[in-house]
Amino acid sequence: MSLPLQLWDGLLASLRKLGAAILFLIEILKQCPAALARPKLISQQVHNSGVLSLIIIMTSAFFVGMVIGLQGYDSLSRLRQEDILGAGVALTLFKELGPVVTALLFAGRAGTSLASEIGLMRATDQLAAMEVMAIDPIRRIIAPRFIGAVISVPLLTAVFNAVGVLGAWFIGVQIMGVDNGAFWSQMQEFVDPPDIYEGVLKSFVFGVAAGLVAVFEGYNSPPTAEGVGMATTRTVVTTSILVLILDYTITAFLL
Amino acid sequence: MTADNLVQVSGLRFGRSGRPIFSGLDLGIRRGSITAIMGPSGTGKTTLLRMITGQLRPEAGTVAVDGLDVAALSRNDLFDLRRRMGMLFQNSALLTDFDVFENVAFPVRENTRLPEELVRHLVLTKLNSVGLRGAAHLMPAELSGGMARRVAMARAMVLDPELLLYDEPFSGLDPISLGVVLRLIRMNNDALGLTSIVVSHDVAEISRIADHCFVISEGRVIASGPPRELADSPSELVRQFMTGAADGPVPFHYPAPDYAEQLFGKTR
Repeated sequence: MSLPLQLWDGLLASLRKLGAAILFLIEILKQCPAALARPKLISQQVHNSGVLSLIIIMTSAFFVGMVIGLQGYDSLSRLRQEDILGAGVALTLFKELGPVVTALLFAGRAGTSLASEIGLMRATDQLAAMEVMAIDPIRRIIAPRFIGAVISVPLLTAVFNAVGVLGAWFIGVQIMGVDNGAFWSQMQEFVDPPDIYEGVLKSFVFGVAAGLVAVFEGYNSPPTAEGVGMATTRTVVTTSILVLILDYTITAFLL
Repeated sequence: MTADNLVQVSGLRFGRSGRPIFSGLDLGIRRGSITAIMGPSGTGKTTLLRMITGQLRPEAGTVAVDGLDVAALSRNDLFDLRRRMGMLFQNSALLTDFDVFENVAFPVRENTRLPEELVRHLVLTKLNSVGLRGAAHLMPAELSGGMARRVAMARAMVLDPELLLYDEPFSGLDPISLGVVLRLIRMNNDALGLTSIVVSHDVAEISRIADHCFVISEGRVIASGPPRELADSPSELVRQFMTGAADGPVPFHYPAPDYAEQLFGKTR
């Protein structure tokens, strides 16, 4: 087959998959009210996806914060503007790095776990058994996990931002000697509510994307060991690319 | 369809990846009986069970359960019908995150609003009937293959279905577990007034409990009747299947070029 034909086939396959994912999302949204009526199922999933991701999120956030603090101090000190380090760090984290890095880490830690769990349930006929028991797997298994992801990502982003600021404060104020009062007051001065809203919007959209990709890939994975492995890999790759595309799109619309 | 038949398959056609699996399959499952569906591997026995439960749709023909065309039902009606069925999967398909008790309780909790005390009674009764009341606290990973099969059987029966479907219930079982499962299928069918469909390769075992057998090959029923009659069938294929002969209409050798020529000639 010639290269243009291969590209055309690849494009058609991607469009078909996109359409299937949108239909799957609609199916999940239809089942969300029934899933929300069972808060215990949702809280279990917030625990699995969110609480169990806290260590990786907080550790990464602290180091990301320290790096921004260090780089920010180095750049700003050349302009003798070290006092606005707090504002710079906060804007970078709240608007960009917080939502994006959290979503990428979520895809690696919780998204893979969701995809492989659901894929294994498919491979071992657990989903088929539910259907035969007159239990809709989308309502009982997929929707709670999707909602869990949509709730977890914004909450994890908030934690990431807070710990990241602390990391930058530790480096900037405690190690490099930036004035403590200036660090916090400049942050208060320059960070406006719309900056926060932008981050919240992004984290919510990324939560929907990361949750949808994970449950879609898991639910549609071929029922083999290789199939589940491939679904897990595709979850990370697709979520990462999708998050970066969505990040640019939202930023372009909001600026 | 006769009123005596709980399941009626008529003119069923279905294929996968261009390969026909059923080409005009007709069969009826009598109420209250144990019916065995047998046939060589790849003849679509499990596919037939999935069509009876509405997981797959036929390309042509109908699969009717209690007079209802399964493929024509709405999703809600299909779920209502499924509440009257139970199915034992080949690999048991137990929910790996739940212990034995919760696995059996799962369909009850999801499909009814019974009080917890009644759920407990129901689950323990069913577990007792398969001899695993004492294993209620074990996780699926701690069960042997035979025990997992019995738990899955308890789960399939917990809502007292009218129709119980067994997909290869004997595969991989040791002789004791096999005997237990055989006895349970017969006992449940008679005690609860069920209709049972058992898909199996184990001709000798299934012949001991089945009231009626269908042998499927190349998309059609090639023989049917009580197990003893099938052993004397005039069809060579049926006799080969029933006696387990290695060679016959289903050849031992996959089609290949001449042996000597392949060994000493140029053919690879």
